[in-house]
Amino acid sequence: MAACRYSVVLIAFALLVCDSTCATPKNDEGDTAEKTESDIADDVTLAEAVHTQKSDAVSQTQAGRTPNPETPESKQKESLRQWEATEVTVDTNADVQSNEEAPDRRDAEVIDSVPPPPPPKDQFQEELVIRPLQSGDIYASFQFRTRWDTDFFQQGRKVAHYRLFPKSLGQVITKFSLRELHISFTQGYWRTMQWGQPFLSAPPGAELWVWFQDTVTDVDGAWKELTNVLSGIFCASLNFIDSTNTVQPSASFKPLGVGNVTDQRFLRYAVLPREIVCTENLTPWKKLLPCGSKAGLAVLLKSEKLFHSSFHSQSVHIRPVCQDWQCTSTAWELRQTLGVVFDMHTSGQSRREWSLFKMFSRTLTEACPLASSSKVYVDITDNSQGELFDLTPATPTLSQAVVLGDRRTYSVYDLTTPEPFGTLRSLNVLLKWKTTDAADMLRPLLHGERYVAGYGLQTGEIHTLIYNNHPYRAFPVLLLEMVPWYLRLYIHTLTVTSKSRENKPSYIHYQPSKDRLRPHLLEMLVQLPPNSVTEVTVQFERALLKWTEYTPDPNHGFYVGSSVISALVPSVVAMDTNSTKEHPLFSSFFPCKEESAYFVRVYTEPLLVNLPTPDFSMPYNVICLTCTVVAVGYGSLYNLLTRTFQVEEPSPGLTKRLANVIRWLRGVPPL
Amino acid sequence: MATCGSHCHLYLKIFALLCLHLLPVASNYVEARASQLFSSGHTNNWAVLVCTSRFWFNYRHVANTLSVYRSVKRLGIPDSHIVLMLADDMACNHRNPKPATVFSHKNMELNVYGDDVEVDYRGYEVTVENFLRVLTGRLPPSTPRSKRLLSDDRSNILIYLTGHGGNGFLKFQDSEEISNVELADAFEQMWQKRRYNELLFIIDTCQGASMYERFYSPNLMALASSQVGEDSLSHQPDLAIGVHLMDRYTFYLLEFLEDIHPASQSNMNDLFKVCPKSQCVSTPGHRTDLFQRDPGSVLITDFFGSVRKVEITTETINLTSPIVQQEDKHMMGEPTSEAQSYVDQLPVAEIIHQKPKRKDWHPPDGFILGLWTLILLVFFKTYGIKHLKHIF
Repeated sequence: MAACRYSVVLIAFALLVCDSTCATPKNDEGDTAEKTESDIADDVTLAEAVHTQKSDAVSQTQAGRTPNPETPESKQKESLRQWEATEVTVDTNADVQSNEEAPDRRDAEVIDSVPPPPPPKDQFQEELVIRPLQSGDIYASFQFRTRWDTDFFQQGRKVAHYRLFPKSLGQVITKFSLRELHISFTQGYWRTMQWGQPFLSAPPGAELWVWFQDTVTDVDGAWKELTNVLSGIFCASLNFIDSTNTVQPSASFKPLGVGNVTDQRFLRYAVLPREIVCTENLTPWKKLLPCGSKAGLAVLLKSEKLFHSSFHSQSVHIRPVCQDWQCTSTAWELRQTLGVVFDMHTSGQSRREWSLFKMFSRTLTEACPLASSSKVYVDITDNSQGELFDLTPATPTLSQAVVLGDRRTYSVYDLTTPEPFGTLRSLNVLLKWKTTDAADMLRPLLHGERYVAGYGLQTGEIHTLIYNNHPYRAFPVLLLEMVPWYLRLYIHTLTVTSKSRENKPSYIHYQPSKDRLRPHLLEMLVQLPPNSVTEVTVQFERALLKWTEYTPDPNHGFYVGSSVISALVPSVVAMDTNSTKEHPLFSSFFPCKEESAYFVRVYTEPLLVNLPTPDFSMPYNVICLTCTVVAVGYGSLYNLLTRTFQVEEPSPGLTKRLANVIRWLRGVPPL
Repeated sequence: MATCGSHCHLYLKIFALLCLHLLPVASNYVEARASQLFSSGHTNNWAVLVCTSRFWFNYRHVANTLSVYRSVKRLGIPDSHIVLMLADDMACNHRNPKPATVFSHKNMELNVYGDDVEVDYRGYEVTVENFLRVLTGRLPPSTPRSKRLLSDDRSNILIYLTGHGGNGFLKFQDSEEISNVELADAFEQMWQKRRYNELLFIIDTCQGASMYERFYSPNLMALASSQVGEDSLSHQPDLAIGVHLMDRYTFYLLEFLEDIHPASQSNMNDLFKVCPKSQCVSTPGHRTDLFQRDPGSVLITDFFGSVRKVEITTETINLTSPIVQQEDKHMMGEPTSEAQSYVDQLPVAEIIHQKPKRKDWHPPDGFILGLWTLILLVFFKTYGIKHLKHIF
């Protein structure tokens, strides 16, 4: 009966999908295709134009993007402030020139018989971004990037010489034929409504998603082994990832690196919402850095301070990226990020005043000697005239970057130069607020929430709320929910409403769970109307576990991982679609395909659900045992003693019974 | 790039000079020391440190284990040779007023958690099964090295357990327990598999002596914090943290170990004297009848420290073949001609228009309906309706 109902519902959904796809001609496919083509064409022309250095197209695109720092007017205006050269002209120019001049130079040097240093095939960059939050808290985000121009999968050759890239991860990539690996460990929940969007969001607990190369035959086996290996590398309980918490999303989690083919069969996604994050996870993470925690920005990573915070998230992302603007060959990128939010109240200060020393109990004295760039950025977008806070030491260098659809201004301290360290030989960035009250923050355009409704231990309802705070633009989001098997979803009760009207998802993928084998997977593409809240509800029933399946602390409840919201949010300023341009690290993670929107992934809260739990305590079990003994032992004895026995007549034979049946049919009294 | 191979001639010469100026007077003493150094017959050290208790009020058990961890690490056993099992996370517990720390002394004097701890088994992973699998080496093949006890017959192993126990058992995480017989059998299996040379077993729990009663394998030495019938008591209540920080026995053990350095000559007899009844309230016990050597000749560092046996060569070794970097040629030789691009992160049109999964072939519903109709028609045509009157 139930199965039948499900199938009917599914058919209905299929019809819905078909309807919406047929009925709404969006031309998205055609548009994007055209756009990407034109983009590529644009890039090519751009590069050529830059090469010749005489083209209107270049100046137009530049004018459209950022105030051109190279023009004399801006230089005159900003006589005190000097803009950092992050423009495309400089870099591609240098690239092209070096490409062109390389043979000449080499010839010249051969003549001089001085061996040139081999071009570094790997490079390391480090970066710290400090964003003061309106609430008085402060967000510090570390980004470390190691890039290596090598190919782990070349035929007949093993990569054996590692310089900056950590060998442990390189071997993992080779052994398991990984295409991409993304792992994050997070403690605490990112409060989007108070803090805005993070540079890179992550769900509480541990999250792991991996793209395997399409040469892998046994993906599930490789995935299981990989989780075991990673649990050893990162000192985490990743070995608890098995088929009951792994899914294979059908549309979410597209690869972040380059690659022409994507087949979702090679993707695995798992999340462990219960995973604790502490020093033992930070230690191996720091060991992956070329300088360890000995020099550079990583000296600030002291666990006593990092974990004394409202939010802590560390992650490792490995992906192939383009080596150059042509993108004919790939390089491997290892990106390690660590984000932390220090709370004004928990750190026990009443004044809104932050410094590196207060946050990390260390100051900076040098850059990592192996790093090709080492920078500290402080977000001063809201503080252009110094009206909100004072920043010392003042730095003349400014930089602009388009982050999450908005153009932000940053003060930059370049640690590879001696200037920021001053006479004291140490850099202690100090931020002193002038106001004491928390100002209102611009509400983030996209925001997600989730909670469990209902009472009792039998059924319940999961509510997921997705907010679109844009005043006039609608945009699509892809929602992914992974629910463990012991919450049995009633998928026929699924409703999607926005502005109190039904909002038909244009795509639904539902994979029902199997008990003790796999979780529920629900993916849907929803168009969020402008300025609205979209609510997704689905009812569930709580299953009874076997008694060995309960955790040692079952009364704590069971966690359900965050749902994942991937969205194309309309951006305020034009995004930069040129992926070869040198961006600051924090603004260059998600590849951007169109100018009008940026991609963002948002996570909701994880859920904590109580399951019907037997009483595992000792008194209860003693009582149970005693009662059993009384019932069986004493009860039967009492029965024996008090019952009176009678000898029963032997039962009649078969013929007699048959005869009686016939007599009964005839209506005659039995023999 | 191309010039490097031909220009670089890498000659590495290793000179190791051993200069021993032995005065005749001191020679006897040095020989005695040297003979003692190698008397234990082991070549490597391992440690398995287990805290079996969950929940915040068992803070002291985590602190116990971490203080032993701190000592063995300080005395030279590397993290790769320590299997640390902590059943709960006290350091980053929400009730901990000083996150990422675990203190063993009042007034937050000694942070035993440190800044570079590596916990191998944590939380729900600390089970009797995993503990016995680590000891006996029966782990799934993909288990990483850091979670294995890769000892051999030249290994000295220190095993430290703490938690809540009773006469003959030790509880794991409030949900299961290991008995002294199981533990003794596991050690016997280790011995038969040549997984240890000598083994030192320390347990800090109530009625701890009951846990080593059943041991029967050779080369075992065992210590316990309390005798059968005695409780093991806690120490160092802290008002800020709100719970007891340590158990008495391990507290005085840590105090004793803090004075040990890698060259210490303290022996096991000194360890047996740790925490007399006046300090511990319980009576610490020890068992040495299975051990071959005299405890007085066994150094503390035989178990708590790490052997660094260095063999010094006086000969010069020439590494004549220069290391040629061959990868460059390969790299430049064959660049992939195909231009690659980044994938669209949310290809809306593609998602909407993607083909639904092909199901297994199924005859159309109309066909099946027709077939049944045909069957019924033929049936009634043949037999007629009247034969079915007892049904209707």
